[in-house]
Amino acid sequence: MRKILTRPEFVPAVLLILAFIAGTIQSPYFLDVRYLLDSTGPYAETGLLVIGLTFVIISGNIDLSVASNLAFVACATAKLAQIGLPMPAAATIGVLIGGLLGAFNGALVAYAKLPSFLVTLGTLALFRGMAQALMGSASVQVPSSFVGADRLDLPLLGVPLPFGIMIVFVVVLGLTLHRTIFGRWTFAVGTNEEAAFFASVPTPAVKFRIFVLAGLLAGLAGVLIDSRLGVARFDHARGLELEAITAVVLGGVSITGGRGSMIGSLLALLLIAVLKTQMILANITSEVQLTVTGTLLIVAVAITGVATRLSAPRKA
Amino acid sequence: MKEPLISARQIKMSFGGVEVLHGVDLNLYPGEVHAITGENGAGKSTLAKIIAGVHRPTAGELVLNGQPTRLANPKDAAAKGISLIHQEPLTFPDLTVAENIYAGNHPRTKARLVDWKTLREEAATTMANLGLRLSPDAPVKGLSVADQQMIEVASALTHNAQVLILDETTASLTPKEVEELFEIVRRLKAEGRALAFVSHKLEEVFEICDRITVLRDGSKVAELTTQDSSPAEVIRHMVGRDIEATAVTRHHKDQAPRLSIQNLSVPGRVHNVSFDVKPGEVVALAGLVGAGRTDIAHALVGATKMSSGTVQIDGATVEIKTPLDAQKKGLALVPEDRQHHGLLLPLSIAENATLPILENLFKFWVKGSEQVSISKEWIDRLRVACVGPMQPVGSLSGGNQQKVVLAKAVLTKPKVLIVDEPTRGVDVGAKSEVHRLIRELASEGLAVLMISSDLPEVLAVSDRILVMRAGKLVAEYERDQATQESIMFDAAGEAAHAS
Amino acid sequence: MLAKVAKSREMRTLILVILVFAIAAFKEPRLLSASSISSILLWIPLLTVMAVGQMLVIVTRGIDVSVGSMLGLSGMLTGMLFRAHPDLNLALGAGASLGIGAVLGLINGGLIAWAKIPPIITTLGTLSVYRGLTFIVSGGHQIDSNNIPSALTEWSLRGPVTIGGVTLPWLLVFALLAVGLGYFLTNKTVLGRNLYAIGSRPEAAHLRGVPVGKSVFACYVICGALAGFAGLLYASRYGFVNPATAGSGMELTVIAATVIGGCDVKGGSGSVGGVLLGCILLGVVNVALAVLGVAADWQVLVYGSVILIALGLDAFASRRQAKEVAA
Repeated sequence: MRKILTRPEFVPAVLLILAFIAGTIQSPYFLDVRYLLDSTGPYAETGLLVIGLTFVIISGNIDLSVASNLAFVACATAKLAQIGLPMPAAATIGVLIGGLLGAFNGALVAYAKLPSFLVTLGTLALFRGMAQALMGSASVQVPSSFVGADRLDLPLLGVPLPFGIMIVFVVVLGLTLHRTIFGRWTFAVGTNEEAAFFASVPTPAVKFRIFVLAGLLAGLAGVLIDSRLGVARFDHARGLELEAITAVVLGGVSITGGRGSMIGSLLALLLIAVLKTQMILANITSEVQLTVTGTLLIVAVAITGVATRLSAPRKA
Repeated sequence: MKEPLISARQIKMSFGGVEVLHGVDLNLYPGEVHAITGENGAGKSTLAKIIAGVHRPTAGELVLNGQPTRLANPKDAAAKGISLIHQEPLTFPDLTVAENIYAGNHPRTKARLVDWKTLREEAATTMANLGLRLSPDAPVKGLSVADQQMIEVASALTHNAQVLILDETTASLTPKEVEELFEIVRRLKAEGRALAFVSHKLEEVFEICDRITVLRDGSKVAELTTQDSSPAEVIRHMVGRDIEATAVTRHHKDQAPRLSIQNLSVPGRVHNVSFDVKPGEVVALAGLVGAGRTDIAHALVGATKMSSGTVQIDGATVEIKTPLDAQKKGLALVPEDRQHHGLLLPLSIAENATLPILENLFKFWVKGSEQVSISKEWIDRLRVACVGPMQPVGSLSGGNQQKVVLAKAVLTKPKVLIVDEPTRGVDVGAKSEVHRLIRELASEGLAVLMISSDLPEVLAVSDRILVMRAGKLVAEYERDQATQESIMFDAAGEAAHAS
Repeated sequence: MLAKVAKSREMRTLILVILVFAIAAFKEPRLLSASSISSILLWIPLLTVMAVGQMLVIVTRGIDVSVGSMLGLSGMLTGMLFRAHPDLNLALGAGASLGIGAVLGLINGGLIAWAKIPPIITTLGTLSVYRGLTFIVSGGHQIDSNNIPSALTEWSLRGPVTIGGVTLPWLLVFALLAVGLGYFLTNKTVLGRNLYAIGSRPEAAHLRGVPVGKSVFACYVICGALAGFAGLLYASRYGFVNPATAGSGMELTVIAATVIGGCDVKGGSGSVGGVLLGCILLGVVNVALAVLGVAADWQVLVYGSVILIALGLDAFASRRQAKEVAA
């Protein structure tokens, strides 16, 4: 019993069930699967950030710059398309730019050994500023052929394409996190970086690669947002890092590293999606939703703090 | 006879269920310097910290000026006139010398503001009284450890400390700095304060102390006056303990060395050290804490940068920059600091034991079942007391944790195994098992370098003994030629030899 | 040695201020016009008031990214207070804004000092919570200029002192008062000195009997109170309070000003003088950008770069120092 209670997924799973029950009581639309799926578009993008941040936070770091990275990639991709690059090439370059920005973070954290919260606070501003400098306050149209991926359903499964992409990444990177050498290294670095180093784990390389991964995923999210909204603006996804970090810690990832799971993060993402849907159905403005997300973040960190203490091995 | 300023009576102390002090008495008299000496792990520092309010004893009492007293914390102790001077001084690099003296205890004006005038003046006065020639307005960043310790002494005096405890204070000082410190110790003694000098450097003990308490394995074994004693007598008390020697067969005299080190230096820590270890041989590195032994171990596995020197394994020069390089070249380390360097405490035994070899075992996917079966083998061979391979190592006892660290090192199939204090904080039963394992591994052809401050262990397990002092190799013995006394003499310094 | 370094850091900022101003003025002489100068002078006070609080936090190795939202919420609540009571005494209004900010800072401080939630997470959370609350209390409506007493808006034009025909506006006076408060706290009070000890070596501070929890708590309360007061100054300067834009993103400017002013992000050092220079530097940069026609689009980029450059310089300095110690 104690084992189940202290699993990282426990809290988000229970909350998700409660939220579902509350949602069905609140509105009959709530159980309309089609409605739910159609509203997944933005969460696919958040989800990609969440996947990257799950690695970053389990390794004992943080990346506050993911949403800014997303915005810059969205702008750069649209600009590239505008100057005549074919869209597949523009999108690919966009994702790679995301990886490059992640590598910049990674190099400063892993090799210059600077604290990640400060580095990424700086790049949060830098990447957003780069987007703004690139675009000004104009918005750039994306070629119409590329617009609307979120209204495209995957054959057989019947889920929208971006959601499908996100789920594929959850599965692949979830397996990477929990079943591969790289995943074990991620946990080891987050548990005790020094001991991991003594145990032959290439700690700087692991941290660097994690930030590159988070950057690539943010880049992909940037491409997806172009497709969903049809235009690129520098202020896309402003503040989305908050929602993504909240999902990760709500999903049971310890903010000090070393503990967490991909399933937990996914459940918490769904929980946030459900809560937001409920709030939208209840006509609560997006700004007020901020209050809820912020509170959730703090409460989630407090709860996982307690859970980590509970699950810590008792001294013999 | 004078009344003691402070007495510790029947002090007992346990950490995590292991008793490390078994009812120790200590009296500190005014105008006297009292040495607390003993081998590493004898309980010296624990006793010092209890008297200074850092730890609270599990049993026994402290009597201050004839009154039983309880110390809530170091600040409480300081307020009652007891101060501890640390080997690594508690100073603040960004603050000035004067402010460091008063940190946590700023003098205040009537308006409850910082009284800088008093602070500077009194800091200057205190420093002048101590003969310290530091500018009160200089920042502490960049000062030598010796100067920073003096700042701590000055800080203690601003509390009007009557009892000063110097805990291994001379460990990282130069001889000249030690002389300056002793000058101050004599002055404080002349002022009628009671001083305790925690050290295993007998040369210094005999230079500065009036009385000596010798601890061995958490018990007081002797109280001597310096006048009527000699270093030889103190060493006899310190080391009077034996471990059954593990039966050894030695026939590696003519073999080529497996590990060969030439002129290894680590800046400020190790100076031009050269030695060999042959296959099947256990070589012990003996010496005092801070002699540079752990630095050699860390340099060998790439955790510390060496400034010069070559390392050869089986005659081939190897370059090692990280522990991963070391592992690829066949070197494995069992680090001294189990909790911080050796283990990932929340993770399972299986996870810990196989962490360094994941890339050897698996291509990409990690198979948990394989991790379990591999570690199971070693759990059985080393008799690790546990529920199973999935138990978090943090919940194991110290001895069993150490066995996991050993298993982890051995699983990398090293040619050279370095063990740093392999039995520190390990119970007696596990200790002899660890010794047996080290011998077994050697007999399988490994070259073993064992760093140990436990002299009986050194004598029982090793074939050859190297003694280090202040970053240099100072002596080498075949096992039959060495005694605990002779090693101690070499480790402690020339003065101990002379007397 | 440290005094030298600290001085050189402040010197570094001062030289940068002059350099940036000179180059910009050379390229665009309009920067020297009275209106440009006065817009610099009116931009800086808000920043300075907040940066003084941020400095106290950064000295303890913490960070407060919620300052912009605290400005917004306090500005909104104080604005509503004035809307309801147009004849309210300005001093009372100032007291209210300080009090509101202090309460918000108290929440941050409590979560950080006692619930032990990392400062970046706590204040990232409250950044959103306070911004959302600004919308909730205002119903999403902005406080218009006709709701703000003209006596308040005149703060940014008129002031108590007139030197040679130039009036020193109240806004500037308050900024100087905040700097004075910062100087007083960091140099004259035990609390201030304890903050430096904590940031310099937290574990030693605890062992030396410094009340770590209480001191850390206090610095977030002060930071909050100053950000709250900045909310009132904002209403005075701009004549309106919009729930979405008031103070939004301001945290980056404040942190950039603080670190470029010589606050070591690894704690333990930083001076009010340096922070003031940092604020002036950003003020000059900001107006220079506007005058040069680069406009607001480059601001965020500049702040981000400033933070990263300051970080890099600190890392470089500490690495060189480590080498010196080893040698």
